[in-house]
Amino acid sequence: MTPRIRRLAVPLLTASLLALGSAACGGGGGSDTVGTASKPEEKVKLTIGLFGDFGFKPLYEEYKKTHPNVEIVENVTQFNDHHNNLVKRLATNAGAGDVEAVEVGYISTFTAQPAKFQDLKQYGLDKRQSDYLDWKWQQGLSKQGGELLGLGTDVGGLAMCYRKDLFEKAGLPTDRTEVAALWPTWEQYIETGKKFAAADVAGAKFVDSPGEIFRAMVNQAPTGLYDAQDQIIVDSNPDVKKAWDLSNQLTSEKLTAKLAAFSPPWNTGFAKGSFATIICPAWMTGFIQEQAKDSSGKWDIATVPGGSGNSGGSHLMIPKQSKHPKEAAELIDFLTSKENQAKVFKEEGTFPSIPSLYDDPSIQNFTKPFFGDAPIGKIYSEAAKALKPQHLGPKEAEVRVVIGDGLGRVEQGKQTPDQAWAQVLEDVKKIK
Amino acid sequence: MSSLPLAVPGRRRRRGMRHTLDVRVSPYAYVAPFFLLFCAFGLFPLIYTAWVSLHEWTLLSDEHTFVGMDNFGTLLADGYFWNATFNTLSIGVLSTVPQLVLAIWLAHLLNRGLRFQTLFRVSLLLPNVTSVVAVVVIFSQLYGRDFGMINWVLSWFGVGAIDWAAGTATSHVALSTMIMWRWTGYNALIFLAAMQAVPRELYEAATIDGASNFTQLRKITVPMIRPTIIFVVIVSTIGAMQIIAEPLLFGASTGVAQGGAANGGPDRQFQTLALFVYEQGFTKFDFGYASAASWLMFLAVVVVAGINYLITRRVKGGLI
Repeated sequence: MTPRIRRLAVPLLTASLLALGSAACGGGGGSDTVGTASKPEEKVKLTIGLFGDFGFKPLYEEYKKTHPNVEIVENVTQFNDHHNNLVKRLATNAGAGDVEAVEVGYISTFTAQPAKFQDLKQYGLDKRQSDYLDWKWQQGLSKQGGELLGLGTDVGGLAMCYRKDLFEKAGLPTDRTEVAALWPTWEQYIETGKKFAAADVAGAKFVDSPGEIFRAMVNQAPTGLYDAQDQIIVDSNPDVKKAWDLSNQLTSEKLTAKLAAFSPPWNTGFAKGSFATIICPAWMTGFIQEQAKDSSGKWDIATVPGGSGNSGGSHLMIPKQSKHPKEAAELIDFLTSKENQAKVFKEEGTFPSIPSLYDDPSIQNFTKPFFGDAPIGKIYSEAAKALKPQHLGPKEAEVRVVIGDGLGRVEQGKQTPDQAWAQVLEDVKKIK
Repeated sequence: MSSLPLAVPGRRRRRGMRHTLDVRVSPYAYVAPFFLLFCAFGLFPLIYTAWVSLHEWTLLSDEHTFVGMDNFGTLLADGYFWNATFNTLSIGVLSTVPQLVLAIWLAHLLNRGLRFQTLFRVSLLLPNVTSVVAVVVIFSQLYGRDFGMINWVLSWFGVGAIDWAAGTATSHVALSTMIMWRWTGYNALIFLAAMQAVPRELYEAATIDGASNFTQLRKITVPMIRPTIIFVVIVSTIGAMQIIAEPLLFGASTGVAQGGAANGGPDRQFQTLALFVYEQGFTKFDFGYASAASWLMFLAVVVVAGINYLITRRVKGGLI
């Protein structure tokens, strides 16, 4: 099939599927870039596609001061939609932004398609390599390693957030070092949960849901859902099974509030104090602050059980179809610069992927009143330094959905853990 | 000189031709826009989807290998496809049957001389004007497990907190109420329009004969508006077979789905056929498989609509 026919075919096919399926979920608007190659003084409109708040807004204002000709439009969509739409827009060669954020769960999907993205080396961004954590840098390279496709924004070093007031009601310690001492391992975390449940604090469970805990436990293991050859090893990796069993133990001990992360009831759960602990990659602190506005000072942060790991974090990439790749590359360079990563961390909580910042006094001594003046700079620096990177496969996110559903079936009492596990393995086999 | 008499019939002949052309061809020109649009956005995609369904076709790769009927074979053996079919039929019956009965009853009530008739008729249409997103988001809150109003009311009667989205039957009931909320009034208006064409004398005669209100509805109204009932049943059936927005948004806004909302809950308890197609095509990018599913879904719609037509045709027409 010739490319021209294909270019026509895919949108038409999309239309047909939507027509048959009564057309519910269309993609959002596309980018409105000016069609001509731009000179420096020419007006340039850059669209940037994100999922959730990256805390970039103040940076845009700052950028405009030095680049008055650049207008920046931010499109924010929900996590899954954002990445699914990006796949569609790359395939149809239309509608993608000039800069697109990609989360680690999806990064391998996109770095496997180097032809769809601009090689950032063309714009001299390989000079940034020395700034970065090596594994974070590697994740932004194409599968063959030849092209630089994405520049990292943040890393999601793990910690555990907990509600001091609920812990106090349950007769548990509230000081963060004492709390950390309660759970060096996940088994001890569950034991603590049982104590919390025994105290029967009205309206509160120990943890929101097992999904994110599972993800954290898998991320702490040397290998996760994929091996280095990009084969899914869910059925053979004992660490995955162990994480599965422990997550289901949370359910069987009735420690979860059955609130799936990022859903509206989960948001309500924050406001109502429905759960006492939540796994806290650095970026989660921003979420908590946003969702639980009234509970300033009630949250605190302790170290995570089971050693350090990474959960989440993103890269910024430029689709090949961008009309202004040069300007987009400059913007990426600016948004991911050392100073700006530090700024975004202080505002939004997303933790820098630039190790020279970790010992910087302004990060080390950074505290947040919302979290009871917890030294979040120090906590996440330690977490990021101790972090052992893990290889992520191309369908990481899809595998995670399948396992998340399995945990959900157990949580909702529809299946025993063994039945759910059998179905998970079946579903994983179907992933192409 | 001699050209003049020749020219006249020539012109007349030409004008005659133009006239016949006008009469014969221009009607086609008038209907052409619809058919051109239909071909571009209806027929062509339909055929192209059939073509895609014969391939291993994913958005992530530019190579499309021909696999014949493989996708259909896999589909017929796919438990999740049959699960989606069951859910679609279950939600379809749960929403359509009460909806149509309710719509006829509402129309019957409004067909009598009431004060503020227009006000009532317009307000019937209001739920239909509301955006489906708003409807689902609000209903999802009403059906919330921990802080939902419905569970709160039920708790007065000693009913424990129901996790509406988690159960198969409960989620189907919840979704059906959303669909009924949006479409009952709309169908009632269509019935009302048909009822107004029923001659008053029939009701007057029936009243003199001592027929009750309900008997009049059953013996006069329903038989007289039979063609409209057939129409509404078929349109509602097709609509019910294509439900996607409600389950998709319900999954997202109740948070019952851990990962993607497109699977209709972790147990796929409320994944409809259209949502299944969406999941395969737009979250897994397996267009070949999704196209095969769309085609089977299309056939299913035709079959179910046909069966409904046969059933409703048997409702007695005219008056005995």
